[in-house]
Amino acid sequence: MADLITNLSGIKSPNPFWLASAPPTNSGYQIMKAFDAGWGGAVWKTLGVPVVNVSSRYGALNYRDTRMMGFSNIELITDRPLRDNLREIEEVKKRFPDHAVIASLMVETKEEWHQIMKDVTNAGADGVELNFGCPHGMCERGMGSAVGQEPKVLKTIVSWVKEVATIPVIVKLTPNISDITRPALAAVEGGGDAISLINTIQSIVGVDIDKFVPYPIVDGRSSNGGYCGPAVKPIAMNMLKNCAQHPGVNIPISGIGGIENWRDAVEFILLGATSVQVCTAVMHYGFGIIREMVAGLEQYMDEKGFKTLDDFRGKALQNIMHWEDLNLKYKIVADIHEEKCIGCQLCYTACEDGAHQAIGLKENGADRKPFIIEENCVGCNLCSLVCPVEGCITMERRDDGKQQLTWKERTLEGNIPKTFNDELAGGLHHWVPEPADALRKKTPLHYKSV
Amino acid sequence: MSEYKKPQSEKDFSKNFAQIKPLMSDTEAYYESSRCLFCYDAPCVNACPTGIDIPLFIRQINSKNEMGAAKTIYDSNFLGHACGKVCPTEVLCEGACVYNNTDVKPIEIGRLQSFATGKAIRTNRKFYLPGKSNGKKVAVIGAGPAGISCACELRMMGFDVDVFEAKEKPSGLTVHGVAPYKITNEEALAEMKYLQDQFGFHITYCKSIQSKEDLSTLENNYDAIFIGIGLGKTSDLKIKGEELENVIGAVEFAEQLRTKHHQVNVPQKVVVLGGGNTAMDAASEAARMGAEVILAYRRTKEEMPAYDFEYELAKSVGAKGLFNVTPVEIIGENGKVSGIKLKSTSDGNEFIENCNWVIKATGQSKQIDLLRLAGISLDEKGRIAVNEEFQTSNKKYFAAGDAVSGGQEVVNAVANGKKAAWGIKEFLK
Repeated sequence: MADLITNLSGIKSPNPFWLASAPPTNSGYQIMKAFDAGWGGAVWKTLGVPVVNVSSRYGALNYRDTRMMGFSNIELITDRPLRDNLREIEEVKKRFPDHAVIASLMVETKEEWHQIMKDVTNAGADGVELNFGCPHGMCERGMGSAVGQEPKVLKTIVSWVKEVATIPVIVKLTPNISDITRPALAAVEGGGDAISLINTIQSIVGVDIDKFVPYPIVDGRSSNGGYCGPAVKPIAMNMLKNCAQHPGVNIPISGIGGIENWRDAVEFILLGATSVQVCTAVMHYGFGIIREMVAGLEQYMDEKGFKTLDDFRGKALQNIMHWEDLNLKYKIVADIHEEKCIGCQLCYTACEDGAHQAIGLKENGADRKPFIIEENCVGCNLCSLVCPVEGCITMERRDDGKQQLTWKERTLEGNIPKTFNDELAGGLHHWVPEPADALRKKTPLHYKSV
Repeated sequence: MSEYKKPQSEKDFSKNFAQIKPLMSDTEAYYESSRCLFCYDAPCVNACPTGIDIPLFIRQINSKNEMGAAKTIYDSNFLGHACGKVCPTEVLCEGACVYNNTDVKPIEIGRLQSFATGKAIRTNRKFYLPGKSNGKKVAVIGAGPAGISCACELRMMGFDVDVFEAKEKPSGLTVHGVAPYKITNEEALAEMKYLQDQFGFHITYCKSIQSKEDLSTLENNYDAIFIGIGLGKTSDLKIKGEELENVIGAVEFAEQLRTKHHQVNVPQKVVVLGGGNTAMDAASEAARMGAEVILAYRRTKEEMPAYDFEYELAKSVGAKGLFNVTPVEIIGENGKVSGIKLKSTSDGNEFIENCNWVIKATGQSKQIDLLRLAGISLDEKGRIAVNEEFQTSNKKYFAAGDAVSGGQEVVNAVANGKKAAWGIKEFLK
């Protein structure tokens, strides 16, 4: 049986699923309920000098029938007094000694950092997470992402905290920066025990086109928010990969960003995450999703023969190269499995308008199944991505698998295009239609009589 | 045993005749429109006789542009709302949906269409203005789908149009003949009013064009005449007992039902003769009126011309099929039907099926007299012969709808009525 026990720089939890510091961790009530449901840890809603919030606070990006594919908020850190939060931390830890309770913190001065560290440690927190990520409301006051965007400042504050820390210190990073490894390295240099990423991305989630105000609307006005949810997962995973692959970032990472099921969690762990944090999915579906996450992760590990999370942590990193190290001799082409094709012709129009005109239609309108023109196919995957039928379009290998030649190797050999009209241009001998053919509207470009 | 209780009130009637394609809510339309794949060269469009750009209007619904969706529909089909409700979508657009080729339910195109157009009608959102007058006048005989579609298109082109309708309401079969569970009178009439408001054609009701004089008047006052008179009464079976009280034609039954609702007194046991869609409608309707219904057809179930889904619908409300039987004689007691003698077409045996009503759904007669007066040639089946522009042998007359097709869907009448308008324009150029 798979063992999900997680240890992030000494912060232990029965599984790697933690609630991220956010509205679901606003109170002891919510966190106890979450632990009872099966969550392994929780990062408390950020503590500091309590704020005053606005109404409303959230906006969403819906995609067709999918609600909250992206989610944006303008809520700030906790608006509850510190003493109430501390009392509740203590209570939760008493009831759930084996679960991870991490206090997220955001204050300004060295004295405040020292004081609050002492307070949360006394309350029994297993660790702290320094919120250097919040991109709205707090950054204007020189906190949150204002710190995360200045590696020097970040390093200084981490070192202040570490002066008094007796529990592990996680540094939470903002994605609102061009190179995530710079603040990550600063966290290492400041003595941080771990990093967590990503916090939310600065965003305008939508605009009310009748009132001319972005969402969420506060008395006819709005402000930029912090964006999260499934839509940000690819951005989060890339930043996770950048940190996990960097030799200087040699501390554990807690992954955050759009995780809502076991599969997402596995992907984050394969890219080097030790624990994963979840917020939007819980705000959407409640704590109950943890059942699917734990069960799925266990089953995956059992099927793969992984006994612990360490057995597969970072396993995908070795396969992520620079583009110049990819094999230029590898050749795949699309293959339409006619028995599965339903004739929507989305692949045809996608390839025709969005790719390389490598799919044709049959002249006999009754047979709507398109065909691949192999010599035009560059193996880009687009048709297989737009196809609505599972397994209908697959990409088939056409090279012999024996040749290996990368851009880097070609560069070393001098075998690369160097001038604008170089004979070595990759697409030089690839067929493209005549421009004026675009206006020949009678029939699709490629027609095969049948 | 019938599954429906005889309706005693308007409320009972609406319950028994609940719409089989009820209007969608905003939420339902949003989710349903999300499923559309936006196929290239979409098969649903090709399957629509009026060629509505279905993927476009569904995408417009999904982006909350319902008025844009309604305009897309009306640009191709002036009876977009009625067609969304009464079209046999199962064999047209929805039957062509590529989802049928896998195990996914096809998009409910008809209901989405009625959703968008219904909003336009309810908010009286107008998309069209009549064209600048070209000084020419066209008379339209019959305010059914073909006539109204023709009238709208003619008005767009700048013709003056007067419509002459024999009955007291417009819509033709949409109000007088279609099964009540497909569309309500209110819905059909609201669309008519909506169109009349926009296009400004004039309708004279209760004006039947019958005599040579009527025709001469029209010929003298109008540059062209469009005929959209549909079909006539139910044809005679020419068997003994046909004259008995309680032997009724399916079209006449439907019309009674659509106007009098629960006040139509359908007796306990009804035999419907026929195997077409009209027979299926009659069987469904009688069953919903609380009767025990036998559907008697002279050939096999497989040979019935009715759409499968129409037979399934009739069966689902309790009608029972009786195949390979032909009527020999209708038997009466005291001038009323007491049974029907049927003969097996396989072994020739005769037997009597007791019943209180016989509904004949064995075809309608053609309204030949008027057409002869107008000097219009008919084909061998008594239908009006037209050329590709829907012009008859008498060049001044154009025609479309059931009088030309012999009995098709509302959507075909709409499509062809519009094409006839183009023919008229060409003729009067």
